[in-house]
Amino acid sequence: MAEPLLQTRGITKSFGALKASDAISLDLHPGEIHALIGPNGAGKSTLIKQIAGNMTPDSGTVHFLGQDVTALDTVARARLGLGRTFQISALAMDFTVLQNAVLGALGARGGVMRFFLPVMKDRALLARAYEALERVGLQDHAAMRTAELSHGQRRQLEVAVALTLKPKAFLMDEPMAGLGAGGSKRLTGFLDGLRAEAPILLVEHDMDAVFALADRISVLVYGQVIATGTADEIRANPDVRRAYLGEEDAP
Amino acid sequence: MTRETYINAALSLLLVLVPFWAWSTGQAYILTLCTKVAILALAGVGLNIALGLGGLVSFGHAAFFGIGGYAMGILASHAQTFDPIMDWPILIEGTKSMPMIWLVAMLASALAALLIGALSLRTSGVYFIMITLAFAQMLYYFTIGWPAYGGEDGLSIYVRNSFPGLNTLVPVQFLILSYVILGLALLFSARLARAPFGLALSAARQNADRVETVGIAPYRLRLVAFVISGAITGLAGALFADLNRFISPTMFSWHTSGEIMIFVILGGVGRLYGPVAGAALFILLEHLLGGVSDYWKIFLGALLLAVVLFARGGLIGTLAGREVAHG
Amino acid sequence: MTFLLFAEQMLNGLQFGIMLFLMAAGLTLVFGVMGLINLAHGSLYMIGAFAAAAVAGATGSFTLALIASLAAAAAAGALIELTVIRRLYKRDHLDQVLATFALILILSEGTRWVFGSFPLYLDVPSYLSGPVTLPGGIQYPLYRLFIIGAGLLLAVGLFALIARTRIGIQIRAGEADREMIAALGVDISRLYTLVFALGAALAGLAGALVGAIQSVQVGMGEPVLILAFVVIVIGGIGSIKGALVGALLVGMTDTMGGVLLPRVFALFMDPSAATTVGASLGSMLIYILMAVVLIMRPSGLYGST
Repeated sequence: MAEPLLQTRGITKSFGALKASDAISLDLHPGEIHALIGPNGAGKSTLIKQIAGNMTPDSGTVHFLGQDVTALDTVARARLGLGRTFQISALAMDFTVLQNAVLGALGARGGVMRFFLPVMKDRALLARAYEALERVGLQDHAAMRTAELSHGQRRQLEVAVALTLKPKAFLMDEPMAGLGAGGSKRLTGFLDGLRAEAPILLVEHDMDAVFALADRISVLVYGQVIATGTADEIRANPDVRRAYLGEEDAP
Repeated sequence: MTRETYINAALSLLLVLVPFWAWSTGQAYILTLCTKVAILALAGVGLNIALGLGGLVSFGHAAFFGIGGYAMGILASHAQTFDPIMDWPILIEGTKSMPMIWLVAMLASALAALLIGALSLRTSGVYFIMITLAFAQMLYYFTIGWPAYGGEDGLSIYVRNSFPGLNTLVPVQFLILSYVILGLALLFSARLARAPFGLALSAARQNADRVETVGIAPYRLRLVAFVISGAITGLAGALFADLNRFISPTMFSWHTSGEIMIFVILGGVGRLYGPVAGAALFILLEHLLGGVSDYWKIFLGALLLAVVLFARGGLIGTLAGREVAHG
Repeated sequence: MTFLLFAEQMLNGLQFGIMLFLMAAGLTLVFGVMGLINLAHGSLYMIGAFAAAAVAGATGSFTLALIASLAAAAAAGALIELTVIRRLYKRDHLDQVLATFALILILSEGTRWVFGSFPLYLDVPSYLSGPVTLPGGIQYPLYRLFIIGAGLLLAVGLFALIARTRIGIQIRAGEADREMIAALGVDISRLYTLVFALGAALAGLAGALVGAIQSVQVGMGEPVLILAFVVIVIGGIGSIKGALVGALLVGMTDTMGGVLLPRVFALFMDPSAATTVGASLGSMLIYILMAVVLIMRPSGLYGST
């Protein structure tokens, strides 16, 4: 088995008396989609924040590409190649689609502290931006204002900006959120093809997508990972069934 | 060309025609007013980089305006009395050369902006507003209690400073000088907004999370923007001091900070020519209405209120409509 | 420095602090409950002072003057809230700063238009004037003691209001979760107007009380406003307790600093220079204090993150 690209060891985080994360250990292997599911309040957001660098764990470590990144912030982790999409689209709303994509390309290339030449005429950045937009199918909307995009298109743009980074791994927080059946299907297809380039740690509520995509699933309940395994293993796992479905037995 | 570009061109034309008419009819007073518009617009251009582009609500930009003014005052007053500023450990004499003064003013303001920004940008929201205000207030009280340069009464500089090749006391020459500087600042500001730095800074204003996830640190962007912004406003302060040949602690007061913000908002925050339109409008009101009534500021207040509540884009925003994306 | 002088200055600091508290309480309530920065608060202080001076001049009664200050400031506050402020709750801080700055211009110039540029005078009534001998042989003006007493009484009243009345519960709930109390059926608009008017009344009263010691003039509210903001930043936005602690801290620092620093500087400087430098540094001290507090406790002493 290849060395995991992304790994958490014993991540623990408490807010007063509430233990949001309880010794969570997870990893993400190359070429896989690892889904993280759990009921509301399980602590998924808190965990994602600690993996992304927005929050520091009380104890435990995060390793990325073999390096201990626990002390690094979001910016540093992004520079190392950790791509991220948000549950609520984090896009510059006044910008055009192209400007958001170019921003991503700019971040990937560096050279932000340049003051004189127009960034939207930079061929290399434009090429990279268009490449990402084409992959998600937004290239014809390049001149549209982001605020005018439909919800589904914004989710696409969110993924496109993450792609401009050419990340080594993806952290995706509910990418299906708010998408209709058609949109979910398209995005599922897209993510399926994406896993070969960079593995994805996927937080999701949409069970169809999860069972269709995930190589492995981890179930988070009250801050603890109660099970990790393939889709079949998780479906059959009694602890998981109890957590999600109550005490029912499956037919 | 977008509508905004037409409006900017029209404004530029107006700003050239009015003084030309005034000069040809010998109305030096109007020339001075136009110079004042240009200098206040420059202060606004500085603030607009932090406020309009960066979204940083600095209520203490008077700090830089005042530093620029006092840089001029200190250098010029020592020069005119032939009294060195410092003898030991190195000899620092005053100067009455404008280019030198501007360099010092900009460096001093930039340094102050670096220090103030480094501390203030660790906060956000109302705390940022308050702490920037606080720093300006500190400087205000400091200069009031600084008898060497006039204290509360301020200091007069009797002869305007010199610029090679010009007679700066001639109103039209000082006007042209101020216009050129404003023009350069506008050019720089326009370039900055379109450059990688401008894109990232604007993105940070709209969504800081997004900027972080593409691997850019918002704090650094904002600090650099704040420093550039402070330097330009500082330059305006030095020019203002030369215009009036007078410096006083009022340059540091929060009313001054508020007024610079008013220029930017009235004209259109974030718009290139916003400060120009705003400064022109302000001076127009001050002199047209001020002649009619001593209480013209009531009208200014009402106008500002109306703009904030109903015409958020200011003059240029209302005329030009939604901002068109660049590129 | 003699003990008497020191004690007197301590009392002055206390009095100043109590006045700042009256200003800061309104400011912090409005910010805590409605999320609004109100720069025009200083104008309400001024309106209270002018109303008091006008009524005192007309009727000769100090009591009526104080009542007038409360009424006028509360009315002005309610009017401003209904016409302008309520459009600002959903706006960002920049808009609130600008709009309330515009209000300052309108109110200040408006007052100048009505009353002229010369200061008005409000006299301390005879039954409150003159010194009182306190334990330790300290002679202190009765009026200033009255201010301290009145202020403390109001502080207690305010705490009781917040802690024990229905309005108080609504206020505390509103600070915690604005949307929730609307969902629970509390009449938000009425609550907001009430809170704003309450804060305004306190400011107006402070203006009237201080107006008798200093003069009543346009712009008198502005230095106090800035200090009140410093107080609530130090104390923590939304916290009345923080406003009290912050106000006393700022009041004491400003007064004692202004008195002690020149003396310290006089040890190695000539007296006139020492006074100017000392006073100047004393004024800066508050801001330095605020900057230090912000760096150590970014939400203030009692604020919530």
